Amino acid sequence: MSDLSANFQRRERRLRFLLLSPVMLILLFAASGPLIIVLIYSFLTPGAYGNVEWSFSIDAWFNVILKRDIFTGELSFADAHLTVFWRSIKLSLMTAILAFLLGFPTAYFIATRPRRYRDVWMLLIMIPFWTNLLIRTFAIMELIRNEGTVNTLLMAAGIIDQPIQMLYTEFAILMGMAYVYLPLMILPVYASMERLDFSLVEAGYDLYATRWQVLRKVIFPLVKPGVVAGSILVFVPCLGAYVTPRVLGGGRQLMLGNLIELQFGQLRNWPLGAALSLTLLAIVMVALIFYVRAIGREGASNV
Amino acid sequence: MIQIDNITKIFGTGAESVAALDDVSVTINSNEFFTLLGPSGCGKTTLLRVIAGFIAPTGGQVSLDGEDLLSKPPYTRPVNTVFQSYALFPHLTVRQNIAFGLEMLGRPKTEVSSTVDEMLSLVQMTQMADRKTSEISGGQQQRVALARALAPRPKVLLLDEPLSALDFKLRKEMQLELKRLQSETGITFVFVTHDQAEALTMSDRIAVMSAGTIRQIGNPRDIYDHPAERFVADFIGDTNFLEAELLSIEDDMARIRLAGGAETFARTVEGESRDSGAVTIATRPEHATLAASGEGLLSGTICEVVYLGTDTHYHVDLDCGARFVVRSQNQPDQAQDRKAGEQVDVVIASGIGQVLRD
Repeated sequence: MSDLSANFQRRERRLRFLLLSPVMLILLFAASGPLIIVLIYSFLTPGAYGNVEWSFSIDAWFNVILKRDIFTGELSFADAHLTVFWRSIKLSLMTAILAFLLGFPTAYFIATRPRRYRDVWMLLIMIPFWTNLLIRTFAIMELIRNEGTVNTLLMAAGIIDQPIQMLYTEFAILMGMAYVYLPLMILPVYASMERLDFSLVEAGYDLYATRWQVLRKVIFPLVKPGVVAGSILVFVPCLGAYVTPRVLGGGRQLMLGNLIELQFGQLRNWPLGAALSLTLLAIVMVALIFYVRAIGREGASNV
Repeated sequence: MIQIDNITKIFGTGAESVAALDDVSVTINSNEFFTLLGPSGCGKTTLLRVIAGFIAPTGGQVSLDGEDLLSKPPYTRPVNTVFQSYALFPHLTVRQNIAFGLEMLGRPKTEVSSTVDEMLSLVQMTQMADRKTSEISGGQQQRVALARALAPRPKVLLLDEPLSALDFKLRKEMQLELKRLQSETGITFVFVTHDQAEALTMSDRIAVMSAGTIRQIGNPRDIYDHPAERFVADFIGDTNFLEAELLSIEDDMARIRLAGGAETFARTVEGESRDSGAVTIATRPEHATLAASGEGLLSGTICEVVYLGTDTHYHVDLDCGARFVVRSQNQPDQAQDRKAGEQVDVVIASGIGQVLRD
């Protein structure tokens, strides 16, 4: 009897392994493989016309945050790189916050519609996703450039005399990223909002909580898992965003993605590009660990 | 005192509209255990939600101690609700749940914690104070919901079928517990249920509702012994309906002739205007007895004997064609038992039957 069940368990395990193996293979070769190559490249010497020379060097890692003066050989912080790091983190955080401020009321609105209308609203949210990212970004550009829709309308209305410079600023990047990643906030927040038992909201009102208190003390704590998921989904791709800052920042307002691309492209410094990529990965991981821990601790005190 | 005047609530518009409440007026006294009883869809929960403030009525007025309630949002009404699903906050502990209302009212910390302690011991949940609400049983959740609603000392407590999720034994216990809490706290309870036994056990007064209207209001004994109309008689308890002819009204009593030709007296409802014609008489099975043939009002044949432990139901096919059930309490002496096929007479004492409203 026990022999039979042990046999059965073994077969079960083998079957599960078989089912998992395609995914494991893809992850092994398509995710870990390139990562290992990048790690190796970051410790090599840049070739004159791109590519790498196979001699060990840790210069690339030095150059991530430090720079050596060509004449004196003096070491100082690489201000340009640090500015890009800071801008990336700042804009990604601001995008996540903006997406939350816009996405939370939207998700609440949809979740409180009659059931048969909710899918229609979600569809409307998803429709922009069917359009190519580049095209959507150019559409934003058309809206906010100096001769664009917004400036034309404002000037026609006599509110401003001079067009407002919005394109090629951090504001433009922020707008673009918030627009592009908004659905990634709305989806998980809506998912947890839809599961919310609205009799709890009534219970809150019944127990003398005002609208604002019900939102803060009842609704928000209960949909927090969705908000956490949403802000991770927005923050992480923003950190590595390339197209949006390239088009709307116009090469003046670089973010990490653009800096990395520069190293592999015009500047022909593949090892530095590799080191910057790994730094980005590290920032994301550290941020996630902090975030999950902070949420976990609060969750534990509540649970 | 809650004064409800001409409350109407219409859901939907045009051809699809449904009147959940149709011109309902009732006065609920202070410190009363008042029950809204009716089948599902009769409007009882809608009326409760109008009082709580979750639904705005289409028309009518509600006032509490002379103060208009309808113009106030739910969070300023001195009314608390025990929800059917309890609606306990899953992210808070038992203690935090009970403290919620007091904290929202901005009561000082020391007062909150002493009131919460008091409530915990009132519902015997002191041991569970720091548990999450998902870690306690259904009966315990029920007690917490009750404590949470009672903690802010509302003038009125609304209870929306709070016992329906509990098993039979626990429900019996909680019925007595609720009655005890009501008399201890002196708060007006408005209780919604579809369970007639529950309503009869706990209430000071009962309003029987059907299709958005109140059919009869009275204390449990009134409602049970003297149902005013067929719906009430049918919905609460078992009832025998007999066709009869009204001969005259004498001192609020109706002189009637039953189908077999026998004449007797029956009670009338207040404001009975008829004094002749065909009427329906309601009689509870335990208010009638069986006697030997020729000794009672109605003669018939026992067609079925159902033994139920505490009592026995005799189903009698009356000679006039109707079926009549007599409930008789069982005695240790089996010799008194009657058998199916026996010829018997049904005895209904004068003035026991009830002439139903049309």
